[in-house]
Amino acid sequence: MIYDAAIIGAGVIGSMIARELSMLDIRVCLIEAKDDVASGASRANSGIVHAGYDAKPGSFKAKFNVLGCAMMKQTTDELGVPFENCGSLVVAFNKQDELALAELKRRGDANGVPTQILTGAQAREIDPMLSEKITSALYAKSAGIVCPFSLTIAASENAIANGVKLYLNSEVTDIARKDGVYEIAAGERDISARIIVNAAGLYSDEISKMAGAEQFIIKPRKGEYIVFDKEMKARTNNVIFRAPTKLGKGVLLAPTVYRNMLAGPTAQNIEDKQDKATSPDGLKKVLNSVIEYVPSIERGKAITVFAGLRAKSPTHDFIIGASQSADNFVNVAGIESPGLSSAPAIAQHVKDLLVSLGLSDKKDPSATRKREPIEVFANATLERKKQMIASDKNYANIVCRCEYVTEAEIIESIRRGARTVDGVKFRAAAGTGRCHGGFCMPRVMDILARELSKDYSEIQKSGKGSRVLTGKTKEAL
Amino acid sequence: MKADVAVIGAGPAGLAAAIAAKENGAKRVVVLDREAYKGGILPQCIHNGFGLHIFGEELTGPEYAARYIDMADNAGVTFMMETMVLSIDEHKVITAVGKDVGITTIEAKAIVLAMGCRERSSGALMLPGDRPAGVMSAGTAQRFVNMEGYMPGKDVVILGSGDIGLIMARRMTLEGANVKMVLELMPYSGGLTRNIVQCLDDFDIPLKLSHTVVKMHGKQRLTGVTIAKVDENLNPIESTSEFVSCDTLLLSVGLIPENELAMGLNIQMDSVTGGAVVDSDMQTSMDGVFACGNALQVHDLVDFVTEEASRAGKAAAQYKKIAKLFVNTIAGSGVRYVVPQKLVRDGIDKTLFFRATKVTRGWYTIARCRGKIIASRKRVMCAPGEMENLVIKDADISGGVTVTIEETKT
Ligand SMILES: Cc1cc2nc3c(=O)[nH]c(=O)nc-3n(C[C@H](O)[C@H](O)[C@H](O)COP(=O)(O)OP(=O)(O)OC[C@H]3O[C@@H](n4cnc5c(N)ncnc54)[C@H](O)[C@@H]3O)c2cc1C
Ligand SMILES: Cc1cc2nc3c(=O)[nH]c(=O)nc-3n(C[C@H](O)[C@H](O)[C@H](O)COP(=O)(O)OP(=O)(O)OC[C@H]3O[C@@H](n4cnc5c(N)ncnc54)[C@H](O)[C@@H]3O)c2cc1C
Repeated sequence: MIYDAAIIGAGVIGSMIARELSMLDIRVCLIEAKDDVASGASRANSGIVHAGYDAKPGSFKAKFNVLGCAMMKQTTDELGVPFENCGSLVVAFNKQDELALAELKRRGDANGVPTQILTGAQAREIDPMLSEKITSALYAKSAGIVCPFSLTIAASENAIANGVKLYLNSEVTDIARKDGVYEIAAGERDISARIIVNAAGLYSDEISKMAGAEQFIIKPRKGEYIVFDKEMKARTNNVIFRAPTKLGKGVLLAPTVYRNMLAGPTAQNIEDKQDKATSPDGLKKVLNSVIEYVPSIERGKAITVFAGLRAKSPTHDFIIGASQSADNFVNVAGIESPGLSSAPAIAQHVKDLLVSLGLSDKKDPSATRKREPIEVFANATLERKKQMIASDKNYANIVCRCEYVTEAEIIESIRRGARTVDGVKFRAAAGTGRCHGGFCMPRVMDILARELSKDYSEIQKSGKGSRVLTGKTKEAL
Repeated sequence: MKADVAVIGAGPAGLAAAIAAKENGAKRVVVLDREAYKGGILPQCIHNGFGLHIFGEELTGPEYAARYIDMADNAGVTFMMETMVLSIDEHKVITAVGKDVGITTIEAKAIVLAMGCRERSSGALMLPGDRPAGVMSAGTAQRFVNMEGYMPGKDVVILGSGDIGLIMARRMTLEGANVKMVLELMPYSGGLTRNIVQCLDDFDIPLKLSHTVVKMHGKQRLTGVTIAKVDENLNPIESTSEFVSCDTLLLSVGLIPENELAMGLNIQMDSVTGGAVVDSDMQTSMDGVFACGNALQVHDLVDFVTEEASRAGKAAAQYKKIAKLFVNTIAGSGVRYVVPQKLVRDGIDKTLFFRATKVTRGWYTIARCRGKIIASRKRVMCAPGEMENLVIKDADISGGVTVTIEETKT
């Protein structure tokens, strides 16, 4: 079979494009190297829906960010993804910082993003735990927070429900073109498609090169994070950024849609595209920075640390467009921040672009933009909880004791594609709480083994080579 | 449903509390536990070393639990297993969920909190490096090995010398794994001396004090850790760092009382113990709500859990809303905390439990009231990893009681 379009990379960009294309009466596939969607930058980032005042006026970033931010509410409603329009504050500690705020405000005006300069006292009124040392702040009401991996998972689920074929464990290693059809070597299989959309994140430079399209170099830029316990008293209502300095944008402090507090990222240029290790220095920097914003932050309330890799674009802007040298090949590359915020807008833009390349824009009448989320037992009312248990006893078995995730939700996450402990974690939140899987991991593995008819020892943490267990004990042998 | 005493948790604490409640006249005593089996953490502790104080013999965890499960059954305690308590409200109405009962509520006259504790995770330590498979808490590994019959790895490094880590060092060795070393950040072990002797020394497993893991390596499965010595401020000394290859890192870096329920009730908490503030009846700041076992303070010996819980169960059975007169206990020099935090003047002698801030040999543990020594013991050794106790006479309590550990008794 020849696909009308093949999308390479199932991050938020590839998945959202797949979803957009799934509305059309065409054949689409989504090709992902890893064993799950959202395995790259879309898994590990700040989850901020930027208001759009920051990007350089006239850039792709400015355009898609502002549009994407405006689309985020409807998109997340349709997809059943947690999103909150919480607002953001860029805080200043001195005159220099205040000048930077004024510049941001000017950019915001140019980008059509309303912002407001507040005094330190006004900032503390809307976020009382902010440091007394803050002298001024730039307030953007339209900023928000979204769960980045849920958005990616939901978009891909929606696309699949509308007929898109997802190929996992299918790293694209070669691209050839014969008689106007691309032959894509992806893992164990060959896939044929008329159009390729390159949404391979950090590796989009390699894919572009493989297809004989534009040559550019994407460099990884690491960002480290600390996640804090929900029960930590120190919290903010808004996303808190520090006024940018010559050294860069600095570390942010934000609530997550799950009520944790998130601190990060650092910004370190590295070479290895697989190096997601955190470092003592990086974590120290993150911690010290956010303590400056909110002095009552407690180190002891950290529950986990992680790092994500930005796909640094050589042009400092998104690389989006049809290739000049390779026909029917579209790059959606170098999607660094604010790529998440821009995703809904980029997806629509890319669809229009593909139609302009000759893709049929005939609607698929059966396609839907709605995707039902996994119902969260812990968030349900008492009445609803009773109904849920009456309909399925597995709701009465709480497996993750920190986040109160039930067996029913875990089974549902597996039904929807979770194959590993992390797959369950990103879909059903089991193991995301303060004990971070210490308690529920063996139980989640039990359920995975049972539902997938596998042996317990075959269960992996996050994909190839990540088995949790090495074999049976002597007695059990 | 209604209960005279509802106990949350069927571990050794919950079992002892329920038995004591029955013995002291409570009619309907209900124990709720989310697990299918009774005994709390004990069923996975198949090593012996339980019950020496109470029974004068060394039992395994399951054996120790079995004795109390029998006693509870004989006493007529009602169990609701596979039933997790979600919340408790200020009228002492418990909301729980379970496959058999669905969502149910229990109105209790008195409640005993006996939820045990959980292990601190690698994230809480902010351990830098990769996040591969093969890193887990020692208790999780214990569950895999002892309850599921599976090995978490072959070449093992253990970070933290808490008792569970020490016990797993031996267990993994007996199962054929190569346990390379146990690293402890502090200059002293966090575990019991007897466990260091029986679990490490007897197997030639080195215990590296003042050492920590500074980086985890491995994209998918752990391939090794970088370790380093730490200076007196506990900062790693870079020049001492070395790579140790391993496929498994077990963490035994501390236990945290499990207290979501207490916090939901806005019960006053002790930031040092991580448990509730209690009086000598084990009553929390909320009338009719009692706490004991690892949910109150992390214990190293189950015998003391049982004792403490019996007191809680008895007081719960006898609970009446009355105004009590308290004096406070105070952790003085050399002492990290004292439990109970408040003493009721009721004619009954009191046991004070406390922990040392550092290792000392030949020093005294001393309780003073208004400057006067009311109890003291010379100790061969005091260490943060071994809980201390002193018994004081009620008649001697005329004000706040300060506990200290001092070199000389003056
Ligand atoms: C630290 C950090 C913080 C950020 N914070 C924010 C923020 O707050 N707000 C915001 O708007 N944006 C933010 N971003 C940016 C945002 O995360 C990215 O723009 C977005 O996730 C990019 O999505 P993507 O789909 O292009 O890339 P990815 O999510 O990386 O997806 C690319 C996918 O392609 C796959 N792939 C690669 N090579 C191949 C191949 N050869 N064959 C098949 N598949 C392949 C990968 O496995 C991966 O799954 C942040 C990014 C980082 C790293
Ligand atoms: C691995 C390990 C090894 C040990 N080794 C020794 C030893 O060698 N010798 C020794 O004397 N002592 C040892 N101890 C110490 C001793 O076993 C513990 O102190 C003791 O088990 C604590 O008892 P507990 O009842 O407070 O808690 P647990 O035994 O942890 O029981 C708590 C119970 O509460 C239940 N629960 C919690 N929350 C809820 C809820 N919301 N709803 C319903 N149920 C709930 C749990 O399921 C659990 O069954 C060891 C402890 C551990 C963890």
